[in-house]
Amino acid sequence: MVDPIFGKLTWDSVILVQEVEDPNLNTFITSGAAGMIPVGAVLIVVLLTWLKWWKPFFGWITSVDHKKIGIMYILFAVIMLFRGVVEGTLMRVHQATALNGGFLSSDHFNQLFTTHGTNMIFFVAMPFLIGLINIAVPLQIGARDVAFPRLNQISLGLTGAGGFLITISLLIGEFATGGWTGYPSYNGSLVNPGVGPDYWILSIGLSGIGSTLTGVNFAVTIYKMRTKGMEYMRMPLFTWTALCTSILLILAMPPLTACCVMLGLDRYLGFHFFTNDMGGNLMNFINLFWMFGHPEVYILILPAFGVMSEIASTFSAKRLYGYTGIVAATMCISVLSFMVWLHHFFTMGQSTTVNAAFGIATLLISIPTGVKVYDWLATLWGGRIRFTTPMIYLSGFFILFVMGGLSGVILANPTLDYQIHNSLFLVAHFHNVILPGTLFGILAAIHYWFPKMFGFRLLENYGRATAFCWIFGFCLTFLPLYPLGLMGMTRRTVDYSDPAYVPLMVISGVGALFLSLAFILLLLTFWRSIVHRKKQQNPIGDPWDGRTLEWWTPSPAPEWNFAVLPEVDSRDAFTTAKQNGTAYQPIEKYEDIEMPANTFYGVILAVFVCGLGFGLVWYIWWMAIASFLGCIVTMIVYAFIPSKENIIPAEEVRRVDEAWRREAREGRGITRDDETTVANKGLARPDELPAI
Amino acid sequence: MSTTTEESLHPGLNLGEEHGEDHLEAETSVFGFWVFMMSDLVTFGMFFAVFASSTTALAGGPGPKELFDLGSVAWQTAFLLLSSLTSGMAVLCLKQEHADRVFPRKQLVFWLLLTVLLGCGFLYREVSDFIDMAAKGGPPTRSGYLSSLWSLVGLHGVHVTSGILWCLVIVAGILAQGVNQAWKLTILRWAVFWHFLDIVWIAIFSFVFLGGLL
Ligand code: HEM
Ligand SMILES: [Cu+2]
Repeated sequence: MVDPIFGKLTWDSVILVQEVEDPNLNTFITSGAAGMIPVGAVLIVVLLTWLKWWKPFFGWITSVDHKKIGIMYILFAVIMLFRGVVEGTLMRVHQATALNGGFLSSDHFNQLFTTHGTNMIFFVAMPFLIGLINIAVPLQIGARDVAFPRLNQISLGLTGAGGFLITISLLIGEFATGGWTGYPSYNGSLVNPGVGPDYWILSIGLSGIGSTLTGVNFAVTIYKMRTKGMEYMRMPLFTWTALCTSILLILAMPPLTACCVMLGLDRYLGFHFFTNDMGGNLMNFINLFWMFGHPEVYILILPAFGVMSEIASTFSAKRLYGYTGIVAATMCISVLSFMVWLHHFFTMGQSTTVNAAFGIATLLISIPTGVKVYDWLATLWGGRIRFTTPMIYLSGFFILFVMGGLSGVILANPTLDYQIHNSLFLVAHFHNVILPGTLFGILAAIHYWFPKMFGFRLLENYGRATAFCWIFGFCLTFLPLYPLGLMGMTRRTVDYSDPAYVPLMVISGVGALFLSLAFILLLLTFWRSIVHRKKQQNPIGDPWDGRTLEWWTPSPAPEWNFAVLPEVDSRDAFTTAKQNGTAYQPIEKYEDIEMPANTFYGVILAVFVCGLGFGLVWYIWWMAIASFLGCIVTMIVYAFIPSKENIIPAEEVRRVDEAWRREAREGRGITRDDETTVANKGLARPDELPAI
Repeated sequence: MSTTTEESLHPGLNLGEEHGEDHLEAETSVFGFWVFMMSDLVTFGMFFAVFASSTTALAGGPGPKELFDLGSVAWQTAFLLLSSLTSGMAVLCLKQEHADRVFPRKQLVFWLLLTVLLGCGFLYREVSDFIDMAAKGGPPTRSGYLSSLWSLVGLHGVHVTSGILWCLVIVAGILAQGVNQAWKLTILRWAVFWHFLDIVWIAIFSFVFLGGLL
């Protein structure tokens, strides 16, 4: 019986209580982690009160400014990355000691790889990338805003609600144990009546809806909001990849939503979609899931490709080589990504013909990907290369990502896949593409755009150390998994009896410690740079001699992005303007600018969605129903409230903009050699510009 | 502020005295909603796919022949198709409202409410069919086939319900605030939604009901 008020919730569901009742190493670790949630929450409240930051705090969360929303996404992702790295390291260290045992219980280990995978994909990689897209895309296309600013806030709220659920599962109850892919029947109510799978369904389902809406928002933004002259074939590459990613989000998230809904119906109402009996068919789940899952990996990688393209051309001071080719390759990859999902289950009983067809389709993807890699290399060729932090990530990416891709080519062959399916070889493969591809791309982008977001640069020496640590740690952690997989060690293994695995496992465990160190260094980079922010300022806004429009505004960009929307007549319009000396010429006429005002809409919705999710997980029906009604009422009420606008008077725009232009015209600027020094105030010296 | 040029504007509607700011806004707003509908269409596609793969998963339970009442389905179809027509009339009123003041707000409200009424007729028959099916031994928990049937048709029903609710909100809105720009855009988006449900229904009607009885 579920209690009418508390549902399935009892005192024992609170992890900290379990620790008191049954103290052992496992509960100690979980309660340690769980304890951080209330402690963290209290700390934040105290901090906000002490620093009197409540007002700015609400200013931020009610903001509909795409730049602020982007920053919030990234902050959220960094926090979730903390958890993900700790869990990954914990698992690696456990496995290093897991010959005939190890210190974690199997249930604990299973929860670890499930939360780790779910968290890393949905609450780290995606929010990071969506955050970057939010920050850069409107600026790159010369827009004041996104198409639907309030919707943007709602998307962030939904992602946050998903993050809330997966985080609170650490403190109250348990998370699923079935891996981030959540296959039934293991996750059905017969095998798993607990709350874990419900947490899984709701956290990714709700955040998935948020991502769909983000996709809609950015597809429309890029289609409709480009400034004058910004034709498709003049868009920066990052915008191109953001467009393709948005389209993938629009088309690939619904299968996930659908399979979450169906699994939910099975679990809550006793439907028979995926059960073993009564006509259920679990292959339907697997097909639906991977119809989302495979495009998802391109959702994760394409924006990173975009970042790499921008960085390659900026830091070699050359026009991107083979622009058209990269654009075409991006589109090819987007289309192909929907045609290969079956390679995730070659061993599940389809005919050989079907397997062969999907194997070949998979191999085809390596062609456009290869095109891109060659294009980047050709961009660097003969350029004036500066080995800054983003370029270090780019180098790591070049070598390691290609390796990961090649191991993917091996997996794409069904006959070979039969041998190494679900072994550590697979784990090595996808970390080999996800870390050097997505994560390095993200970190490079953070370094690259940080000055645009906050008006000061990150410290270069810390950045470089961090980058090397990520690269080194990655190699040590994940490359040994290839031989281990070939030796027959399966993934998701809590212990093993073959001593031959031990040496490589230990190396991998040590590598994981380096990755943790890399994460700490990353935080340190932020911290030290914030401390030194005065020296690191770059108010003029173009610290790297950028080529795309986002660098053509002050740093941090004002709320309205551009005082007068720039007109574009070629690809690297800003570069041309700088060369002609027209970049910072005074502007005659300023107009009033209308910007959408802050709103509580998304915040209120997010709170109700959290309540809905939590109520459903714990069968607290009154809470679920009340929250659901709360969502509906909020939407109705806000339909009656006209979206408010802030009018920014032309005079104020003129004041800010003229000061900026004057400073830029009068400043001496720096050569590329001084780019990473305190002399860099965000003004590239035009005479130093090499030919395109 | 955008590259939207006159040629690519949302065609066929005058939302104000001239093609102006309102029109530009309609372009983004309605296009955005279309894109969202594409996403929704994929969701329906997934439910269709699962249904298609479950048509033989009866698990000894009742099938289409025992459960479907084609007469009632025909009524539902008629209600829904007619409601698409009336929703179209409502949108035409928007144009008229501005062209000559002969068509007052009342007309618009009339067509909107008529649409709601027809939608309710549809829902009434759908729900009573569901109740019948359950009584004949075909609740969704009976078999994989029935789970996919109920959820596909039910998903459409949920959409219709939200469409009705949305329409009522619109009526309340224009009565309270007048037919202003914001509500005009809302009506346009709602109309896209409503027609979309019609199309999905035709697919359900053909594949689920007619296909089931073949
Ligand atoms: C930062 C250091 C990381 C470490 C030390 C690490 C470690 C691990 C370990 C030990 C596993 C479990 C493998 C097994 O069960 O045999 C795993 C699985 C996984 N990791 Fe990571 N990982 C890291 C980063 C990432 C990142 C950045 C992502 C994605 C953005 C990611 C995504 C995944 C996924 C999807 C799984 C599969 C989970 C499952 O088996 O269901 N990991 N990782
Ligand atoms: Cu795949």
